[in-house]
Amino acid sequence: MAWNEPGGNKDKDPWGQKGADQGPPDLDEAFRKLQSQLAGIFGGRTGGSGGGSGSTSINPRTLLFVLLGAVVIYGLSGLYQIDQQERGVVFRFGAVKSDIVMPGLHWYPRFVDVVQTVNVTRVNSIRHQALMLTQDENIVDVTLTVQWVIDNPIDFATKVRDPENSLENAAESALRHVVGSTQMDDVITEGRAAIAVEVGERLQTYLNRYGTGILVSKANIDQSVPPKQVQDAFDDVQRAKEDQQRVINEATAYRESIVPEARGDAQKEILQAEAYRDQVIARAQGEAQRFGRLLAEYRNAKQVTRDRLYIDAVESVLSRTTKILVDVKGSNNMMYLPIDKLMQQSTATTPPAADATNAPSAVAPNDRAATRRTSR
Amino acid sequence: MRNLVSVVIALLVLLLALDGVFEVKQTERAVLLRFGAVHQADVPPGLHFKWPIADSVKITDGRVLTLDSQAERYYTMEKKPLIVDSFVKWRVADVSTFYTATSFDERQAERLLSERVNEGLRNQISRRTMHEVISGARDELMKELTESLDRYMRRDVGVEVLDVRVKRIDLPPEVSSAVYDRMNSERQILARQFRATGREKSLEIRGDADRQVVVIAADAYRQAEDIRGEGDAKSAAIYAGAFNQDPDFYRFYRSINAYVNVFEDKTDLLVLSPDENEFFRYLKQSGSGK
Repeated sequence: MAWNEPGGNKDKDPWGQKGADQGPPDLDEAFRKLQSQLAGIFGGRTGGSGGGSGSTSINPRTLLFVLLGAVVIYGLSGLYQIDQQERGVVFRFGAVKSDIVMPGLHWYPRFVDVVQTVNVTRVNSIRHQALMLTQDENIVDVTLTVQWVIDNPIDFATKVRDPENSLENAAESALRHVVGSTQMDDVITEGRAAIAVEVGERLQTYLNRYGTGILVSKANIDQSVPPKQVQDAFDDVQRAKEDQQRVINEATAYRESIVPEARGDAQKEILQAEAYRDQVIARAQGEAQRFGRLLAEYRNAKQVTRDRLYIDAVESVLSRTTKILVDVKGSNNMMYLPIDKLMQQSTATTPPAADATNAPSAVAPNDRAATRRTSR
Repeated sequence: MRNLVSVVIALLVLLLALDGVFEVKQTERAVLLRFGAVHQADVPPGLHFKWPIADSVKITDGRVLTLDSQAERYYTMEKKPLIVDSFVKWRVADVSTFYTATSFDERQAERLLSERVNEGLRNQISRRTMHEVISGARDELMKELTESLDRYMRRDVGVEVLDVRVKRIDLPPEVSSAVYDRMNSERQILARQFRATGREKSLEIRGDADRQVVVIAADAYRQAEDIRGEGDAKSAAIYAGAFNQDPDFYRFYRSINAYVNVFEDKTDLLVLSPDENEFFRYLKQSGSGK
């Protein structure tokens, strides 16, 4: 590039030289040089010194060294290495050789062979995201990731133009096909894994048909959601499901709280009834025994006992109550008794007594009434 | 000057010698022409010789190629529009036919192919309903299309069609919004259904709970009454057993007890006539008998 530099000599510009019509002499000179060199070579080989121009003779040994050097350089230039994760595909004059070069140090004849290295262990990945139709003519937003490795280096290098683009096209086609054959609810919920598996299988079938030499190691549906235009409605369905469960749970909680309580109340009522039963039986037994004992004595002295009991009773009654004796036998006169006033007098003086007498006899019925009320 | 002539001749010979050798790569298909006519149809990959000047070699890509056509609008059997984006995988099958038909112009081949694909898709889609195109019949549709296309292209163009695939089947934007509306309304139905069934279940559970409570209470009442009745019966039997020993005395005994219990305190006002009353018999007179 020296001729192109600002300070360079204009005459050395190759185009300038061509333009100056100096081609033929140049060629002439080159030919002469070639001739002399050839002569030098043959001269070196034959050992003679005849022919050619002596002015440009080359030392035969030097030439030999150059030649050897060229061979060595050529030989060395054919050395190459294949890394552990790579394989080499060899083309001899363009035709592929069936042997794949394994990792290690290798040699190839330059200009005859061409070696293309292919990485067979690297896991490549493509990602595809799009809106697509489902079987029930809904639209979903699906993201697919496909991981792939090169399975057959020769096929990968020779069978298909742009295998990766083929993979992308095939992946999209397979994905849309499978999603198009699946109900939307499956696509956005549990069906995801199954879809991924089916897409992977389908994709592999396509790729095998084209002979891409690609192995799909994993297809995965990263995301499958309803499009944003309907996202709210879908979210609301989720909320509705939660609401449904919540309401049911609340009702269940209600049931779990009141039913055991009712059972407890029931048990209490039954126990109270048993208490009553035992009570009345015991009382009956008590009264019966009391009566029995009294009766025994009564039988011994009937009239006296009867009278005594009668008089005791009336005495007890009359001693406590307000009483008015009216000795008006046969009289038809109207009598006026100020009962109201009498009542007032008596109530004013006797409340504590009334309470005291009330209490024992009222125990049993009051108890029952009380328990009934709480059980309701 | 003689030198110059010999140099030119030497160069020409060299060029001709170089022209006598050609290479066909593994990825390529080649045809050898002699004076313009096809001499060798399918030259295998590798290094080959040919006659300079007389022979010429044409080379084309022999790999599987992709024709990724533009998305087009098609109409289904029920005249619904669909936007379909497809791709075709093809490969040169018969080199000489391909050369004759296209003179190895890939563009030309793709033009022919693309016309055919569009026509095929239009035919196939117009014979099917939207549902069939989207889901079930996709494979069948593609298979038919691939086969017919392959038959035609093999015969006329020397091209093998490996696969025709629909990449994308979409609804046009104006239809999509209608679909979104429908999806929204469907989801609303679902949401309401969930909420309503939730309430339904809730009411059922609550009703059942209330029923259980009532039944439990009633059952308890039944048992309790039974137990009380048992008590009453037993006590009655005990009473009867005891009191039957002397019913007359019992009546008397019970009555006087009752009097004591009935007349409790001063609020009970008794208006008595001594004449009629046994108790007051001795209030007026002493002695026995009337």
